[in-house]
Amino acid sequence: MLEIKDLSVQYGKQAPTIEHFNLSMKKGEIISVVGESGSGKTTVIRAVLGALAGGGRVSAGDIQFNGHSLLSNTKDEWRNLRGTRISMIFQDCGGTLNPIRKIGSQYVEYICTHTDVSKAEAWKKGCSMLQKMRLPDAENIMKSYPHQLSGGMRQRVGIAMAMTFNPELLLADEPTSALDVTTQAQIVRQMMELRDDFGTGIIIVTHNIGVAAYMADQLVVMQHGKVVDQGTRDEVMNHPTSDYTKKLLAAVPEMEGQRYV
Amino acid sequence: MFKESDIVLSAKHIVKQFPASGGRTLTACNDVNLNVYKGKTLGIVGESGCGKSTFVRMVISLDKPTSGEILYHGKNLSNLSKKETWLNRQNMQMVFQDPLASFDPKMKIVDILTEPLINYGKLKRSEKEAKARELLKMVELPGDFVDRYPHNMSGGQRQRISIARALSLEPEILVCDEATSALDVSVQESVIQLLVRLQKEKNISMLFICHDLALIRSFAHQIAVMYLGNIVEVIPGEDVAEKSLHPYTQALLGAQFSIHMDQNKKIESIESEAPSPLDVPHGCPFQNRCEHCMEKCKTIRPVLTEVESGHEVACHYVTEK
Repeated sequence: MLEIKDLSVQYGKQAPTIEHFNLSMKKGEIISVVGESGSGKTTVIRAVLGALAGGGRVSAGDIQFNGHSLLSNTKDEWRNLRGTRISMIFQDCGGTLNPIRKIGSQYVEYICTHTDVSKAEAWKKGCSMLQKMRLPDAENIMKSYPHQLSGGMRQRVGIAMAMTFNPELLLADEPTSALDVTTQAQIVRQMMELRDDFGTGIIIVTHNIGVAAYMADQLVVMQHGKVVDQGTRDEVMNHPTSDYTKKLLAAVPEMEGQRYV
Repeated sequence: MFKESDIVLSAKHIVKQFPASGGRTLTACNDVNLNVYKGKTLGIVGESGCGKSTFVRMVISLDKPTSGEILYHGKNLSNLSKKETWLNRQNMQMVFQDPLASFDPKMKIVDILTEPLINYGKLKRSEKEAKARELLKMVELPGDFVDRYPHNMSGGQRQRISIARALSLEPEILVCDEATSALDVSVQESVIQLLVRLQKEKNISMLFICHDLALIRSFAHQIAVMYLGNIVEVIPGEDVAEKSLHPYTQALLGAQFSIHMDQNKKIESIESEAPSPLDVPHGCPFQNRCEHCMEKCKTIRPVLTEVESGHEVACHYVTEK
Protein backbone atom coordinates (compact mmCIF):
# COMPACT_ATOMS: atom_id res chain seq x y z
CA MET A 1 0.00 0.00 0.00
CA LEU A 2 2.72 2.45 1.03
CA GLU A 3 6.12 2.29 -0.54
CA ILE A 4 8.95 4.58 0.52
CA LYS A 5 11.99 4.32 -1.71
CA ASP A 6 15.42 5.67 -0.84
CA LEU A 7 13.96 8.75 0.83
CA SER A 8 16.19 11.64 1.89
CA VAL A 9 14.89 14.76 3.56
CA GLN A 10 16.76 18.00 4.01
CA TYR A 11 15.93 21.06 6.05
CA GLY A 12 17.24 24.19 4.38
CA LYS A 13 20.89 23.81 3.44
CA GLN A 14 21.79 21.52 6.35
CA ALA A 15 23.03 17.98 5.87
CA PRO A 16 20.13 15.58 5.19
CA THR A 17 18.03 14.82 8.29
CA ILE A 18 17.13 11.38 6.99
CA GLU A 19 18.97 9.46 4.33
CA HIS A 20 18.13 6.40 2.23
CA PHE A 21 14.98 5.44 4.07
CA ASN A 22 13.15 2.46 2.61
CA LEU A 23 9.87 1.04 3.76
CA SER A 24 7.25 -1.14 2.23
CA MET A 25 3.93 -1.47 3.97
CA LYS A 26 1.02 -3.77 3.29
CA LYS A 27 -2.61 -3.03 4.02
CA GLY A 28 -3.48 -3.40 7.69
CA GLU A 29 0.11 -3.64 8.82
CA ILE A 30 1.49 -1.91 11.89
CA ILE A 31 4.99 -0.50 11.64
CA SER A 32 6.81 0.97 14.61
CA VAL A 33 9.62 3.44 14.19
CA VAL A 34 11.83 3.82 17.25
CA GLY A 35 14.91 5.88 17.95
CA GLU A 36 16.17 8.61 20.22
CA SER A 37 15.10 12.21 20.00
CA GLY A 38 16.56 13.88 16.96
CA SER A 39 16.96 10.64 15.04
CA GLY A 40 14.51 11.71 12.35
CA LYS A 41 11.54 9.50 13.19
CA THR A 42 8.98 12.28 13.09
CA THR A 43 10.45 13.64 9.86
CA VAL A 44 9.66 10.31 8.17
CA ILE A 45 5.95 10.41 8.88
CA ARG A 46 5.71 14.12 8.24
CA ALA A 47 7.23 13.50 4.82
CA VAL A 48 4.56 10.86 4.14
CA LEU A 49 1.84 13.37 4.94
CA GLY A 50 3.58 16.07 2.89
CA ALA A 51 3.72 18.22 5.99
CA LEU A 52 7.39 18.81 6.63
CA ALA A 53 8.02 21.64 9.04
CA GLY A 54 9.63 24.92 7.94
CA GLY A 55 12.03 24.58 5.03
CA GLY A 56 11.98 20.81 4.92
CA ARG A 57 11.94 19.14 1.51
CA VAL A 58 12.36 15.71 0.04
CA SER A 59 15.74 15.87 -1.68
CA ALA A 60 15.80 12.35 -3.10
CA GLY A 61 13.67 9.26 -3.34
CA ASP A 62 9.97 8.68 -3.74
CA ILE A 63 6.90 7.99 -1.61
CA GLN A 64 4.15 5.98 -3.28
CA PHE A 65 0.70 5.49 -1.85
CA ASN A 66 -1.31 2.81 -3.66
CA GLY A 67 1.06 3.11 -6.61
CA HIS A 68 0.71 6.87 -6.89
CA SER A 69 3.60 9.16 -6.05
CA LEU A 70 2.71 11.55 -3.24
CA LEU A 71 5.50 13.97 -4.08
CA SER A 72 3.83 15.29 -7.22
CA ASN A 73 0.48 15.86 -5.50
CA THR A 74 -1.27 19.16 -6.05
CA LYS A 75 -2.98 21.00 -3.23
CA ASP A 76 -6.35 19.59 -4.20
CA GLU A 77 -5.06 16.05 -4.36
CA TRP A 78 -3.60 16.45 -0.88
CA ARG A 79 -6.90 17.77 0.38
CA ASN A 80 -8.63 14.64 -0.84
CA LEU A 81 -6.11 12.41 0.86
CA ARG A 82 -5.45 14.08 4.19
CA GLY A 83 -7.97 13.54 6.91
CA THR A 84 -9.85 10.90 4.96
CA ARG A 85 -7.52 8.31 3.46
CA ILE A 86 -4.42 9.26 5.42
CA SER A 87 -4.77 10.79 8.86
CA MET A 88 -2.53 11.62 11.72
CA ILE A 89 -2.53 11.49 15.51
CA PHE A 90 -0.23 13.85 17.33
CA GLN A 91 1.57 13.58 20.63
CA ASP A 92 -0.71 16.16 22.14
CA CYS A 93 -4.05 15.98 20.35
CA GLY A 94 -5.40 18.53 22.81
CA GLY A 95 -2.94 21.01 21.34
CA THR A 96 -4.34 20.52 17.84
CA LEU A 97 -7.85 21.42 18.96
CA ASN A 98 -8.99 24.99 19.09
CA PRO A 99 -9.12 25.83 22.81
CA ILE A 100 -11.98 28.30 22.56
CA ARG A 101 -14.36 26.16 20.51
CA LYS A 102 -16.32 23.20 21.76
CA ILE A 103 -15.26 19.73 20.60
CA GLY A 104 -18.60 19.21 18.84
CA SER A 105 -18.37 22.29 16.68
CA GLN A 106 -14.83 21.41 15.57
CA TYR A 107 -15.76 17.81 14.93
CA VAL A 108 -18.80 18.75 12.85
CA GLU A 109 -16.75 21.23 10.87
CA TYR A 110 -14.16 18.54 10.16
CA ILE A 111 -16.75 16.05 8.94
CA CYS A 112 -18.62 18.61 6.84
CA THR A 113 -15.38 19.74 5.18
CA HIS A 114 -14.70 16.27 3.88
CA THR A 115 -18.16 14.96 3.04
CA ASP A 116 -21.47 16.31 1.99
CA VAL A 117 -23.61 15.67 5.05
CA SER A 118 -25.88 17.81 7.18
CA LYS A 119 -24.69 19.15 10.51
CA ALA A 120 -27.07 16.89 12.40
CA GLU A 121 -25.74 13.81 10.66
CA ALA A 122 -22.16 14.96 11.26
CA TRP A 123 -22.97 15.40 14.95
CA LYS A 124 -24.35 11.88 15.11
CA LYS A 125 -21.33 10.48 13.31
CA GLY A 126 -19.05 12.30 15.74
CA CYS A 127 -20.89 10.92 18.76
CA SER A 128 -20.75 7.39 17.44
CA MET A 129 -17.00 7.65 16.81
CA LEU A 130 -16.43 8.93 20.36
CA GLN A 131 -18.45 6.02 21.68
CA LYS A 132 -16.34 3.62 19.65
CA MET A 133 -13.28 5.00 21.44
CA ARG A 134 -15.14 4.11 24.66
CA LEU A 135 -15.48 7.67 25.80
CA PRO A 136 -18.30 7.83 28.30
CA ASP A 137 -21.19 10.17 27.58
CA ALA A 138 -20.27 11.24 24.03
CA GLU A 139 -22.97 13.95 23.83
CA ASN A 140 -21.50 15.62 26.86
CA ILE A 141 -17.98 15.51 25.43
CA MET A 142 -19.18 17.08 22.18
CA LYS A 143 -20.49 19.96 24.28
CA SER A 144 -17.23 20.40 26.23
CA TYR A 145 -14.24 22.60 25.62
CA PRO A 146 -10.89 20.83 25.22
CA HIS A 147 -9.62 22.07 28.59
CA GLN A 148 -12.52 20.39 30.37
CA LEU A 149 -11.23 16.95 29.37
CA SER A 150 -8.28 15.04 30.79
CA GLY A 151 -5.19 14.35 28.68
CA GLY A 152 -6.22 10.77 28.03
CA MET A 153 -9.72 11.83 26.95
CA ARG A 154 -8.36 14.51 24.61
CA GLN A 155 -6.04 11.93 23.08
CA ARG A 156 -8.99 9.65 22.46
CA VAL A 157 -10.95 12.50 20.89
CA GLY A 158 -7.98 13.02 18.56
CA ILE A 159 -7.90 9.35 17.65
CA ALA A 160 -11.67 9.27 17.14
CA MET A 161 -11.40 12.24 14.77
CA ALA A 162 -8.52 10.66 12.87
CA MET A 163 -10.51 7.43 12.49
CA THR A 164 -13.76 9.07 11.32
CA PHE A 165 -13.32 8.20 7.66
CA ASN A 166 -11.72 4.78 8.16
CA PRO A 167 -8.39 5.89 6.75
CA GLU A 168 -6.23 3.34 5.01
CA LEU A 169 -3.19 4.76 6.70
CA LEU A 170 -2.92 6.20 10.18
CA LEU A 171 0.23 8.07 11.16
CA ALA A 172 0.78 8.30 14.90
CA ASP A 173 3.51 10.53 16.29
CA GLU A 174 4.25 9.59 19.90
CA PRO A 175 0.53 9.09 20.62
CA THR A 176 1.04 7.85 24.18
CA SER A 177 4.18 9.66 25.35
CA ALA A 178 2.36 12.31 27.33
CA LEU A 179 0.03 9.84 29.04
CA ASP A 180 0.13 7.85 32.25
CA VAL A 181 0.89 4.16 32.00
CA THR A 182 -2.67 2.96 32.61
CA THR A 183 -4.02 5.36 29.98
CA GLN A 184 -1.21 4.39 27.65
CA ALA A 185 -2.23 0.75 27.87
CA GLN A 186 -5.85 1.66 27.07
CA ILE A 187 -4.88 3.74 24.02
CA VAL A 188 -2.49 1.09 22.70
CA ARG A 189 -5.17 -1.54 22.99
CA GLN A 190 -7.70 0.65 21.21
CA MET A 191 -5.29 1.38 18.38
CA MET A 192 -4.70 -2.35 17.92
CA GLU A 193 -8.46 -2.87 17.78
CA LEU A 194 -8.73 -0.28 15.01
CA ARG A 195 -6.52 -2.41 12.85
CA ASP A 196 -8.56 -5.52 13.61
CA ASP A 197 -11.90 -3.79 13.03
CA PHE A 198 -11.16 -1.52 10.09
CA GLY A 199 -7.98 -2.92 8.56
CA THR A 200 -6.18 0.37 9.09
CA GLY A 201 -2.45 0.37 8.46
CA ILE A 202 -0.58 2.23 11.19
CA ILE A 203 2.86 3.78 11.34
CA ILE A 204 3.63 4.59 14.95
CA VAL A 205 6.61 6.66 15.95
CA THR A 206 7.63 6.26 19.55
CA HIS A 207 10.62 6.17 21.84
CA ASN A 208 8.94 3.61 24.08
CA ILE A 209 10.43 0.38 22.83
CA GLY A 210 8.03 -1.73 24.87
CA VAL A 211 5.02 -0.15 23.15
CA ALA A 212 6.69 -0.28 19.73
CA ALA A 213 7.47 -3.97 20.06
CA TYR A 214 4.02 -4.83 21.37
CA MET A 215 2.21 -3.20 18.47
CA ALA A 216 4.54 -3.85 15.58
CA ASP A 217 4.48 -6.27 12.70
CA GLN A 218 7.57 -4.51 11.41
CA LEU A 219 10.09 -2.56 13.45
CA VAL A 220 12.40 0.17 12.23
CA VAL A 221 15.21 1.43 14.45
CA MET A 222 16.70 4.79 13.53
CA GLN A 223 19.78 6.65 14.64
CA HIS A 224 21.08 9.97 13.32
CA GLY A 225 18.68 9.88 10.39
CA LYS A 226 19.69 6.44 9.20
CA VAL A 227 17.97 3.11 9.58
CA VAL A 228 20.19 0.85 11.65
CA ASP A 229 17.84 -2.10 11.98
CA GLN A 230 14.71 -3.05 10.14
CA GLY A 231 12.64 -6.19 9.92
CA THR A 232 9.89 -8.17 11.59
CA ARG A 233 9.49 -7.78 15.32
CA ASP A 234 11.13 -11.10 15.98
CA GLU A 235 14.14 -10.32 13.81
CA VAL A 236 14.83 -6.96 15.39
CA MET A 237 14.04 -7.86 18.99
CA ASN A 238 15.77 -11.21 19.11
CA HIS A 239 18.47 -10.91 16.49
CA PRO A 240 19.43 -7.24 16.24
CA THR A 241 22.28 -6.65 13.83
CA SER A 242 23.50 -3.23 14.92
CA ASP A 243 25.27 -2.37 18.16
CA TYR A 244 22.97 0.57 18.61
CA THR A 245 19.86 -1.60 18.73
CA LYS A 246 21.53 -3.96 21.18
CA LYS A 247 22.47 -1.05 23.42
CA LEU A 248 18.98 0.37 23.18
CA LEU A 249 17.34 -2.92 24.10
CA ALA A 250 19.71 -3.39 27.02
CA ALA A 251 18.94 0.07 28.40
CA VAL A 252 15.18 -0.43 28.69
CA PRO A 253 14.26 -0.76 32.36
CA GLU A 254 12.49 -4.04 33.07
CA MET A 255 10.47 -5.33 35.98
CA GLU A 256 12.63 -8.46 36.00
CA GLY A 257 15.81 -6.59 35.15
CA GLN A 258 18.89 -5.89 37.22
CA ARG A 259 18.93 -3.68 40.27
CA TYR A 260 21.69 -1.22 40.96
CA VAL A 261 21.33 -1.26 44.73
CA MET B 1 16.94 -2.95 56.62
CA PHE B 2 14.98 0.13 57.72
CA LYS B 3 15.86 1.15 61.25
CA GLU B 4 14.05 3.78 63.26
CA SER B 5 17.38 5.42 64.13
CA ASP B 6 18.26 5.86 60.44
CA ILE B 7 15.29 8.09 59.74
CA VAL B 8 16.52 11.37 58.28
CA LEU B 9 13.21 12.87 57.40
CA SER B 10 9.76 11.86 58.32
CA ALA B 11 6.43 13.15 57.06
CA LYS B 12 3.58 12.78 59.51
CA HIS B 13 -0.07 13.12 58.54
CA ILE B 14 0.64 15.60 55.78
CA VAL B 15 -2.48 17.18 54.30
CA LYS B 16 -2.26 19.80 51.59
CA GLN B 17 -5.35 21.52 50.30
CA PHE B 18 -5.65 24.28 47.77
CA PRO B 19 -8.65 26.56 47.42
CA ALA B 20 -10.42 26.09 44.10
CA SER B 21 -13.09 27.99 42.25
CA GLY B 22 -16.65 27.88 43.56
CA GLY B 23 -15.60 27.55 47.18
CA ARG B 24 -14.38 24.00 46.64
CA THR B 25 -11.10 22.63 47.94
CA LEU B 26 -8.63 20.53 46.05
CA THR B 27 -6.95 17.93 48.22
CA ALA B 28 -3.52 17.26 46.73
CA CYS B 29 -2.13 15.23 49.62
CA ASN B 30 -4.35 13.40 52.04
CA ASP B 31 -2.73 12.14 55.24
CA VAL B 32 0.66 11.20 53.80
CA ASN B 33 3.06 9.39 56.13
CA LEU B 34 6.49 8.53 54.81
CA ASN B 35 10.01 8.09 56.12
CA VAL B 36 13.26 8.80 54.34
CA TYR B 37 16.19 6.73 55.62
CA LYS B 38 19.89 7.60 55.68
CA GLY B 39 21.60 6.65 52.43
CA LYS B 40 18.47 5.04 50.99
CA THR B 41 16.24 5.90 48.08
CA LEU B 42 12.52 6.41 48.46
CA GLY B 43 10.77 6.24 45.11
CA ILE B 44 7.32 7.74 44.69
CA VAL B 45 5.25 6.50 41.76
CA GLY B 46 1.82 7.57 40.67
CA GLU B 47 -0.05 9.09 37.77
CA SER B 48 -0.04 12.75 36.90
CA GLY B 49 -2.06 14.82 39.31
CA CYS B 50 -1.80 12.36 42.20
CA GLY B 51 0.11 14.81 44.39
CA LYS B 52 3.68 13.50 44.20
CA SER B 53 5.23 16.83 43.23
CA THR B 54 3.17 18.71 45.80
CA PHE B 55 4.50 16.37 48.45
CA VAL B 56 8.17 16.87 47.59
CA ARG B 57 7.69 20.61 47.32
CA MET B 58 6.62 20.54 50.95
CA VAL B 59 9.59 18.36 51.85
CA ILE B 60 12.03 20.95 50.53
CA SER B 61 10.05 23.82 52.12
CA LEU B 62 8.80 25.36 48.91
CA ASP B 63 5.27 24.96 50.24
CA LYS B 64 3.76 24.58 53.66
CA PRO B 65 1.42 21.72 54.51
CA THR B 66 -2.15 22.59 55.50
CA SER B 67 -1.75 20.28 58.45
CA GLY B 68 0.69 17.67 59.63
CA GLU B 69 4.41 18.01 60.10
CA ILE B 70 7.63 17.27 58.29
CA LEU B 71 10.38 16.38 60.71
CA TYR B 72 14.01 16.66 59.63
CA HIS B 73 16.06 14.95 62.34
CA GLY B 74 13.11 15.60 64.66
CA LYS B 75 12.87 19.31 63.80
CA ASN B 76 9.56 20.50 62.38
CA LEU B 77 10.30 22.28 59.10
CA SER B 78 7.13 24.32 58.99
CA ASN B 79 7.94 26.08 62.28
CA LEU B 80 11.29 27.38 61.12
CA SER B 81 11.91 31.10 60.69
CA LYS B 82 12.83 32.48 57.27
CA LYS B 83 16.53 32.51 58.18
CA GLU B 84 16.43 28.96 59.48
CA THR B 85 14.57 27.75 56.38
CA TRP B 86 17.25 29.35 54.25
CA LEU B 87 20.00 27.66 56.23
CA ASN B 88 18.15 24.37 56.13
CA ARG B 89 18.01 24.37 52.35
CA GLN B 90 21.68 23.39 52.32
CA ASN B 91 20.63 20.00 53.62
CA MET B 92 18.09 19.32 50.89
CA GLN B 93 18.59 20.01 47.24
CA MET B 94 16.50 19.32 44.23
CA VAL B 95 16.95 18.15 40.64
CA PHE B 96 14.13 19.14 38.32
CA GLN B 97 12.65 17.43 35.29
CA ASP B 98 13.67 20.07 32.79
CA PRO B 99 17.19 21.37 33.48
CA LEU B 100 16.95 23.99 30.77
CA ALA B 101 14.08 25.62 32.60
CA SER B 102 15.91 25.56 35.92
CA PHE B 103 19.10 27.19 34.63
CA ASP B 104 19.61 30.83 33.78
CA PRO B 105 20.28 30.62 30.02
CA LYS B 106 22.78 33.48 30.19
CA MET B 107 24.92 32.00 32.95
CA LYS B 108 27.97 29.92 32.15
CA ILE B 109 28.26 26.44 33.62
CA VAL B 110 30.97 27.61 36.02
CA ASP B 111 28.56 30.12 37.55
CA ILE B 112 25.61 27.75 37.56
CA LEU B 113 27.60 25.11 39.42
CA THR B 114 29.12 27.37 42.04
CA GLU B 115 26.23 29.74 42.71
CA PRO B 116 24.87 27.68 45.63
CA LEU B 117 28.26 27.64 47.35
CA ILE B 118 28.81 31.35 46.86
CA ASN B 119 25.29 32.03 48.05
CA TYR B 120 26.07 30.30 51.33
CA GLY B 121 29.50 31.95 51.60
CA LYS B 122 31.33 28.67 51.32
CA LEU B 123 33.51 29.50 48.36
CA LYS B 124 35.79 32.35 47.40
CA ARG B 125 35.24 33.76 43.93
CA SER B 126 38.85 33.06 43.04
CA GLU B 127 38.32 29.34 43.64
CA LYS B 128 35.24 29.16 41.49
CA GLU B 129 36.71 27.54 38.43
CA ALA B 130 38.67 24.89 40.29
CA LYS B 131 35.56 23.89 42.25
CA ALA B 132 33.43 23.79 39.09
CA ARG B 133 35.96 21.49 37.43
CA GLU B 134 35.93 19.24 40.45
CA LEU B 135 32.13 19.06 40.32
CA LEU B 136 32.18 18.33 36.59
CA LYS B 137 34.60 15.49 37.20
CA MET B 138 32.26 14.09 39.84
CA VAL B 139 29.46 13.80 37.26
CA GLU B 140 31.81 12.44 34.58
CA LEU B 141 31.88 15.51 32.33
CA PRO B 142 35.01 17.11 30.83
CA GLY B 143 36.42 20.05 32.77
CA ASP B 144 36.35 22.49 29.86
CA PHE B 145 32.54 22.50 30.05
CA VAL B 146 32.98 25.35 32.55
CA ASP B 147 32.87 27.93 29.78
CA ARG B 148 29.80 26.55 28.06
CA TYR B 149 26.25 27.77 28.20
CA PRO B 150 23.36 25.40 28.99
CA HIS B 151 21.99 25.50 25.44
CA ASN B 152 25.28 24.12 24.10
CA MET B 153 24.79 20.79 25.82
CA SER B 154 22.66 17.72 25.31
CA GLY B 155 19.77 16.88 27.63
CA GLY B 156 21.74 14.19 29.44
CA GLN B 157 24.71 16.50 29.99
CA ARG B 158 22.43 19.22 31.31
CA GLN B 159 20.85 16.80 33.74
CA ARG B 160 24.34 15.88 34.98
CA ILE B 161 25.00 19.59 35.57
CA SER B 162 21.76 19.78 37.59
CA ILE B 163 22.93 16.88 39.71
CA ALA B 164 26.36 18.46 40.21
CA ARG B 165 24.77 21.74 41.23
CA ALA B 166 22.41 20.06 43.65
CA LEU B 167 25.25 18.09 45.22
CA SER B 168 27.67 21.04 45.43
CA LEU B 169 26.41 21.85 48.92
CA GLU B 170 26.81 18.23 49.99
CA PRO B 171 23.17 17.89 51.02
CA GLU B 172 21.90 15.03 53.10
CA ILE B 173 18.76 14.61 51.00
CA LEU B 174 18.54 14.84 47.22
CA VAL B 175 15.08 15.27 45.75
CA CYS B 176 14.59 14.37 42.09
CA ASP B 177 11.30 15.25 40.45
CA GLU B 178 11.03 13.15 37.26
CA ALA B 179 14.72 13.84 36.74
CA THR B 180 15.09 11.33 33.90
CA SER B 181 11.67 11.42 32.26
CA ALA B 182 12.73 13.73 29.45
CA LEU B 183 15.79 11.67 28.54
CA ASP B 184 16.24 8.85 26.04
CA VAL B 185 16.47 5.38 27.54
CA SER B 186 20.21 4.86 27.14
CA VAL B 187 20.97 8.31 28.58
CA GLN B 188 18.46 7.67 31.34
CA GLU B 189 20.29 4.51 32.30
CA SER B 190 23.65 6.29 32.58
CA VAL B 191 22.17 9.09 34.70
CA ILE B 192 20.64 6.54 37.07
CA GLN B 193 23.97 4.74 37.35
CA LEU B 194 25.62 8.05 38.18
CA LEU B 195 23.06 8.82 40.88
CA VAL B 196 23.47 5.39 42.43
CA ARG B 197 27.27 5.72 42.47
CA LEU B 198 27.12 9.17 44.08
CA GLN B 199 24.60 7.94 46.61
CA LYS B 200 26.93 5.14 47.68
CA GLU B 201 29.98 7.42 47.84
CA LYS B 202 28.34 10.20 49.79
CA ASN B 203 25.66 8.27 51.66
CA ILE B 204 22.91 10.56 50.42
CA SER B 205 19.23 9.90 50.96
CA MET B 206 17.20 10.25 47.81
CA LEU B 207 13.58 10.99 47.15
CA PHE B 208 12.83 10.14 43.56
CA ILE B 209 9.58 10.87 41.79
CA CYS B 210 8.94 8.77 38.74
CA HIS B 211 6.05 7.36 36.79
CA ASP B 212 7.99 4.42 35.40
CA LEU B 213 7.66 1.58 37.87
CA ALA B 214 10.26 -0.55 36.09
CA LEU B 215 12.84 2.22 36.28
CA ILE B 216 12.25 3.08 39.92
CA ARG B 217 12.39 -0.60 40.85
CA SER B 218 15.93 -0.77 39.52
CA PHE B 219 17.38 1.52 42.16
CA ALA B 220 14.89 2.38 44.93
CA HIS B 221 15.16 0.82 48.38
CA GLN B 222 11.54 1.50 49.10
CA ILE B 223 8.71 2.48 46.79
CA ALA B 224 5.61 4.42 47.75
CA VAL B 225 2.67 4.16 45.38
CA MET B 226 0.47 7.23 45.42
CA TYR B 227 -3.05 7.54 44.14
CA LEU B 228 -5.21 10.65 44.30
CA GLY B 229 -3.26 12.17 47.18
CA ASN B 230 -3.11 8.96 49.21
CA ILE B 231 -0.23 6.58 49.73
CA VAL B 232 -1.81 3.23 48.91
CA GLU B 233 1.21 0.97 49.24
CA VAL B 234 4.77 1.18 50.58
CA ILE B 235 6.97 -1.72 49.58
CA PRO B 236 10.70 -2.54 49.47
CA GLY B 237 12.04 -1.95 45.95
CA GLU B 238 13.11 -5.51 45.29
CA ASP B 239 9.69 -6.92 46.18
CA VAL B 240 7.48 -4.75 44.03
CA ALA B 241 7.26 -7.18 41.10
CA GLU B 242 6.42 -10.26 43.15
CA LYS B 243 4.86 -9.14 46.39
CA SER B 244 2.82 -6.03 45.71
CA LEU B 245 -0.75 -6.39 46.88
CA HIS B 246 -2.73 -3.24 46.25
CA PRO B 247 -5.02 -3.48 43.20
CA TYR B 248 -3.68 -0.17 41.90
CA THR B 249 -0.07 -1.32 42.08
CA GLN B 250 -1.17 -4.47 40.29
CA ALA B 251 -2.82 -2.34 37.61
CA LEU B 252 0.38 -0.34 37.15
CA LEU B 253 2.34 -3.56 36.80
CA GLY B 254 -0.16 -4.94 34.30
CA ALA B 255 0.08 -1.83 32.15
CA GLN B 256 3.88 -2.07 31.78
CA PHE B 257 5.12 -2.71 28.28
CA SER B 258 8.22 -4.80 28.36
CA ILE B 259 10.47 -5.95 25.58
CA HIS B 260 10.49 -9.49 26.89
CA MET B 261 6.76 -9.81 27.40
CA ASP B 262 4.61 -12.25 25.51
CA GLN B 263 3.74 -10.02 22.59
CA ASN B 264 0.54 -11.85 21.78
CA LYS B 265 -0.85 -11.47 25.25
CA LYS B 266 -3.49 -8.78 25.59
CA ILE B 267 -2.23 -5.87 27.58
CA GLU B 268 -4.12 -5.39 30.81
CA SER B 269 -5.38 -2.03 31.78
CA ILE B 270 -7.95 -0.66 34.11
CA GLU B 271 -10.74 1.14 32.36
CA SER B 272 -11.99 4.64 33.18
CA GLU B 273 -10.10 7.51 34.67
CA ALA B 274 -9.09 8.67 38.09
CA PRO B 275 -11.68 10.89 39.75
CA SER B 276 -10.97 14.60 40.03
CA PRO B 277 -9.04 15.62 43.15
CA LEU B 278 -11.73 18.26 43.61
CA ASP B 279 -14.25 15.54 44.22
CA VAL B 280 -12.52 12.75 46.09
CA PRO B 281 -14.97 9.95 46.91
CA HIS B 282 -15.68 8.89 50.46
CA GLY B 283 -14.01 5.68 51.43
CA CYS B 284 -11.30 4.22 49.27
CA PRO B 285 -9.94 6.61 46.59
CA PHE B 286 -9.55 3.74 44.14
CA GLN B 287 -13.08 2.33 44.52
CA ASN B 288 -14.48 3.24 41.08
CA ARG B 289 -11.70 1.47 39.19
CA CYS B 290 -11.22 -1.50 41.46
CA GLU B 291 -12.58 -4.93 40.62
CA HIS B 292 -12.55 -5.99 44.28
CA CYS B 293 -14.62 -3.05 45.47
CA MET B 294 -16.84 -3.97 48.43
CA GLU B 295 -19.55 -2.13 50.38
CA LYS B 296 -17.02 -1.21 53.03
CA CYS B 297 -14.70 0.43 50.48
CA LYS B 298 -17.39 2.97 49.63
CA THR B 299 -17.71 4.28 53.14
CA ILE B 300 -14.50 3.72 55.12
CA ARG B 301 -11.15 4.95 53.87
CA PRO B 302 -8.55 2.19 54.29
CA VAL B 303 -5.39 3.13 56.18
CA LEU B 304 -1.87 1.82 55.66
CA THR B 305 -1.51 -1.49 57.49
CA GLU B 306 1.72 -3.41 57.81
CA VAL B 307 1.50 -6.81 56.15
CA GLU B 308 5.20 -7.61 56.36
CA SER B 309 8.25 -5.79 57.64
CA GLY B 310 8.63 -2.68 55.50
CA HIS B 311 5.55 -3.46 53.43
CA GLU B 312 2.34 -1.54 54.09
CA VAL B 313 -0.92 -1.59 52.14
CA ALA B 314 -4.06 0.51 52.42
CA CYS B 315 -6.77 -1.79 51.11
CA HIS B 316 -9.75 -3.48 52.79
CA TYR B 317 -9.74 -6.33 50.30
CA VAL B 318 -6.11 -7.21 50.99
CA THR B 319 -6.25 -6.93 54.76
CA GLU B 320 -9.47 -8.91 55.11
CA LYS B 321 -8.42 -11.68 52.76
